[in-house]
Amino acid sequence: MRLESMTPMERTLAALSHKEPDRIPLFLLLTMHGAKELGLTIKDYFSESRHVVEGQIRLLEKYGHDCIYAFFYAPLEVEAWGAEVIYADDGPPNSGAPVVRKYGDIKSLNVPDVKHTPCLCKALDAIRMLKAKVGDTTPIIGVAMSPFSLPVMQMGFEPYLRLIYEESELFRRLTDVNIRFCVDWSNAQLKAGATAICYFDPVSSATIIPRELYLKTGFEIAGRTLSQIKGPTATHMASGRSLPILDDIVKTGTAAVAASRLEDLAAVKERCRNKISVLGNLNGVEMVRWTPSETEQAVKECIAKAGAGGGFILSDNHGEIPFQVTDDTLFAIGGAVRKWGVYPLDWIPADE
Amino acid sequence: MPGVESSIDQFESALLNVDRQAAKDILDEAVRIDPQEKIIERLIVRALDNIGKKWETGETALSQVYMSGVICEELIADFTETQSDSHLQSAPQIAIATFRDHHSLGKRIVLSVLVANGLKTMDYGQGVEAETLVRKVQADGIKILLISTLMLPSALHVPDVRRRLEQLGLDVKIIVGGAPFRFDEALWRRVGADAMGRTSSDAVEIVRQMLEDIK
Ligand code: B12
Repeated sequence: MRLESMTPMERTLAALSHKEPDRIPLFLLLTMHGAKELGLTIKDYFSESRHVVEGQIRLLEKYGHDCIYAFFYAPLEVEAWGAEVIYADDGPPNSGAPVVRKYGDIKSLNVPDVKHTPCLCKALDAIRMLKAKVGDTTPIIGVAMSPFSLPVMQMGFEPYLRLIYEESELFRRLTDVNIRFCVDWSNAQLKAGATAICYFDPVSSATIIPRELYLKTGFEIAGRTLSQIKGPTATHMASGRSLPILDDIVKTGTAAVAASRLEDLAAVKERCRNKISVLGNLNGVEMVRWTPSETEQAVKECIAKAGAGGGFILSDNHGEIPFQVTDDTLFAIGGAVRKWGVYPLDWIPADE
Repeated sequence: MPGVESSIDQFESALLNVDRQAAKDILDEAVRIDPQEKIIERLIVRALDNIGKKWETGETALSQVYMSGVICEELIADFTETQSDSHLQSAPQIAIATFRDHHSLGKRIVLSVLVANGLKTMDYGQGVEAETLVRKVQADGIKILLISTLMLPSALHVPDVRRRLEQLGLDVKIIVGGAPFRFDEALWRRVGADAMGRTSSDAVEIVRQMLEDIK
């Protein structure tokens, strides 16, 4: 086997500039697995930054993949607004009772001060410590919920859908407040040492809203938000569909987009080629029961569809690998990337 | 009957555009022309069914599926004086719950489509644990249990429901649905369900089939 000649950072940057690195970069977007490594419950694990630092470093060494994932969990951001977080022993925390209980509450919402909000400081501390450990060798991926998707957790999905359609004034007000928060929070992570921000925006996906509505909402909001974030961003639909709005996503100024398992990775790659990079799209839910040979097959298939020419990072399609995925499967993914992901990808038939 | 198909198309696009007034006008007109037929039901059920099915193929979005349901519920409420609950079938018993999860939007959509189709269904709410769920099923003599989950760990706990039902000797059909089942085609079998639906329209078809089988 050839020795790998690049650091994870060099490999990732080459891919993002649409060149072929030594091999396909692999982002194992692991969050809760750190708790397993440390023998802690998920709740205890996320209670202290040093746990997350230790967990991420151990996972990086164990699987030899190409990023540090500084994501705690989505409801962290509503915790910052005063909402409750519900922990589980076998899965990611969920958001509890909403902070916006009636539409009128939107008028009195105040943007949390990122530097003085304990749960956010905890995540920022983790990024700072991680940066001190990995320096410029490995990209550190920060995460921000988009101002358009955050309200599902701030107020609940049904009230939010009705707000979008029926309360344009309050929707605008909520959007403005959330944009300020998202920009502050993203820039604080970049300042702490994050290399890039993963902008989670599944409500914009074609799974959730039609394109006409996206153009008036999520698209416009992404444009306003991303232009104020002082670093590269990757847009993530959390496994919602992106194909119908891909050309629009490109215009928001993002550097990469994540593809859903529900769409053809080759089609996504074709539309993005030499414009923005593509992340994806291993099926995290199925991954829980994959055998080693199914794992290898899945990795091979993604590489065959999207690897050629760079501009591709292999990851799961949701932006978080389920807690139930075994170490064996994660090792098998790493093994398959080293076997099939070394450039040039001359094993791929010309018609792929 | 002439005109019904085109009314359905028009009604569907009014719903997709979330245009309440247009939807109401089309319905009013259909009722004016044909007050005898169960026109409201036919229009609403067919349009909601089309919209639900198209979500699976990516032709409609969830917000449209949801808002269509909301508009139709409002329209039906307007007509309730003239309609009675008699179109709802009563036995055998059907129930739906959001299992362990707090994400109840999927259940909300499925429930409203079942009801619009005349299938009387009890709502067991959200965040329901296996023990509570099975107790309710037993108390109400439920024969068909629909389970909705959004989080994978919730889906992986469905075997617990099955086991408890068996322990009590209850013969209950379990239909599962929700995001994890759409991402893993094999998951419903692994968790011991009798069927899986990808959309609210699937739910209607599966329930109808099971009712036939139970007869
Ligand atoms: C939008 C979205 C978000 C949004 C809003 C989510 C919400 N509802 O609160 C935000 C950004 C907040 C979010 C966050 C998270 N999300 Co999310 N998200 C999605 C996405 C893209 C759509 C989910 C959705 O709400 N759909 C709308 C509902 C109505 O659809 P549905 O439940 O599938 O129901 C339809 C059908 O399935 C069917 N149906 C439903 N129930 C039933 C029942 C029966 C019997 C039948 C027949 C049919 C049926 O009818 C419905 C209408 O057609 C999915 C991926 C996807 N492509 O589906 C991930 C997904 C749901 N998210 C997921 C996760 C894990 C999370 C987080 C926990 C991540 C984290 N670590 O923090 C957080 C927690 C959120 C919280 N509320 O606390 C996972 C869950 C599976 C898993 N891995 O455990 C998913 C599936 C992504 C994935 N592929 O792994 N998410």
